[in-house]
Amino acid sequence: MSTMQPVSDRSAAPGPPTQAERTALMRLATFLYLRPRLVLALLLGPPLVWMVVIYLGSLVFLLIQSFFSLDPFTGQVIRVLTLATYRDLWTPANLDIFLRTASMAAAVTVATAVLAFPLAYYMARYASARLKAVLYLAVLVPLWSSYLVRVYAWRLILAKEGIITWFVSQLHLTLALEAVLKAPVIGGPSLSVSFMGMFIVFVYVWLPYMVLPVQASLERVPQSLLEASGDLGARPGQTLRHVILPLAFPGVVAGSIFTFSLTLGDFVVPYSLGNSSFFIGQAVLSLTGTAFNIPLAAAFTVVPMGIMAVYLLGARSLGAFDAL
Amino acid sequence: MSASSPLAVRFEHVSRHFGEVRAVDDLSLDILDGEFFTVLGPSGSGKTTCLRLLAGFDQPTSGRILLHGRDVTGQPPFEREVNTVFQDYALFPHMTVGDNIAYGLMIRKVQKQERRRRVGEMLDLVRMLGLEQRTPAQLSGGQRQRVALARALILRPRVLLLDEPLGALDLKLRQQMQVELKAIQQKVGITFLYVTHDQEEALTMSDRIAVFNDGKVEQVGSPPELYESPASQFVAGFVGVSNLIRGGVAERIQGTPETFSVRPEKIQIQEQGTVLPEGYCSVEGRVREVIYLGVHTRYLVEIEGGDDLTVIQQNVEATSMEVLAARGRRVRLVWHPAHNRRLGRRA
Repeated sequence: MSTMQPVSDRSAAPGPPTQAERTALMRLATFLYLRPRLVLALLLGPPLVWMVVIYLGSLVFLLIQSFFSLDPFTGQVIRVLTLATYRDLWTPANLDIFLRTASMAAAVTVATAVLAFPLAYYMARYASARLKAVLYLAVLVPLWSSYLVRVYAWRLILAKEGIITWFVSQLHLTLALEAVLKAPVIGGPSLSVSFMGMFIVFVYVWLPYMVLPVQASLERVPQSLLEASGDLGARPGQTLRHVILPLAFPGVVAGSIFTFSLTLGDFVVPYSLGNSSFFIGQAVLSLTGTAFNIPLAAAFTVVPMGIMAVYLLGARSLGAFDAL
Repeated sequence: MSASSPLAVRFEHVSRHFGEVRAVDDLSLDILDGEFFTVLGPSGSGKTTCLRLLAGFDQPTSGRILLHGRDVTGQPPFEREVNTVFQDYALFPHMTVGDNIAYGLMIRKVQKQERRRRVGEMLDLVRMLGLEQRTPAQLSGGQRQRVALARALILRPRVLLLDEPLGALDLKLRQQMQVELKAIQQKVGITFLYVTHDQEEALTMSDRIAVFNDGKVEQVGSPPELYESPASQFVAGFVGVSNLIRGGVAERIQGTPETFSVRPEKIQIQEQGTVLPEGYCSVEGRVREVIYLGVHTRYLVEIEGGDDLTVIQQNVEATSMEVLAARGRRVRLVWHPAHNRRLGRRA
């Protein structure tokens, strides 16, 4: 047991421990060894306090706030439980925001999964230990720099005068780019002010959160299962469908929980690359900041939680958590 | 299993090199249709590589592999009419027992009803009826073994490959499965290619055995042939226990210093001073160690100027007290020269 460790450590140190020291530590170690429940309480106490008080506590307050309302004249919060705020939430304009945000989150999730899977598969099955470390680093290094800086960098990359427009013009495909930008809803005056650009940046910033869990789930699929499938007559495509994908599915769902919820709550990317149509994060930001309508902001925040709950229930019914 | 049986498998000068390592080195081997053929060897002898080459998981560096006369070298596993029982069973954890067994049929798009019928047959064959709704995680090691066997046999392969399938089971279960495997093989009449490092397992089940060492075949033969006339020192030591007698001791016994071997159960222990039977070999020594094993006793006898000899005696009349009292005693070892085996030059 780890509680025994200090005793042997000391005995290895240059100055031999006094008899009294040794017996005191021994007694403590024995005391703890015989009381596994106490050890468990000591181990779990701090994280539980953190989780319950700070995490769940603030969520509960958020939830309560959403049932308060704002006095339209004084701008004061009326601390009486009411559904009035949720009634205000339920306007066509706000429903548009939910639909827009959820569609973007879904599109980003699908795209990251499609991009991450081959990379994760290569890392899990073929890459040498060294190459795997390099790839891990390549996936993780972007997370070390400020997210804000990276999003602003993308604004320049996607701008009308940016490198992508230049590159497309070198390929004599400017007309094609313009045609794509003319597409309804997803288009815009330039890539840096369009849902398409936003989508590209979202996929870029959340991709690592998909690669890592998918890679971990693929790593746990033994090689012999793939050989067994081939041995029983399955072509590689059939093995992928019947063996690899079902077994990697929990990893894809784990990754999609990140990509989906991170997109749902983000306000920096829509703010930097979007147009005047809001996303949930932006709405919350403006409600807390300029409008100072905390109850409505809280109600807005409850929506992505609801969407995530529905999403997770859907994933469970597809069997995503059976293997856990 | 007569010599006129058609060939199931032929390895023609097959080599598989991994860089400098010659896992399989110029292997030529014929396996007859319908026989229970075992590849026996220590770990690293190339026996598993040999099986993987036949399954198609690995390709030979050189040489050809024929399956029922057809060259299958270069074919992927999903085109070969062989199926494998894996060492770790490799059952699909997300499927039930029934779906695992039906996997090959599902891939071949066999009708659902036909599938169910054949899965039923297989469950009956491996005595797993009523367990088809379980998942692999809910099965014991022996049951997983049976499912893996059923899953491979349902496709009626030309050859069934078994890669140390009993390695993870405890001794009792392993012995029971050995008998059962042999019975199943005789019932379905499919050629079995069985890979193991366990000589007792090989002797129990096989029609013929190939003993592998260092990527090469040392000897191919039936269990009695291998045991009674080992072709090399390696085979003599790997299949059962052998006493090697060489140098001065060999010269004292047979007149020439040529190395020979004799099995420990062929040797009898006599008290000194008794009459030596006519024409028998004999050597004197001192009992160094007595290992009482219930059914029989193993003695290690120190020979002057030579290696220790192992002697195994059945405990027919002797009690453990009497047997153990032999330690330290000077004895004479006696055996008939018919049991002496000259060994080939290969070390």
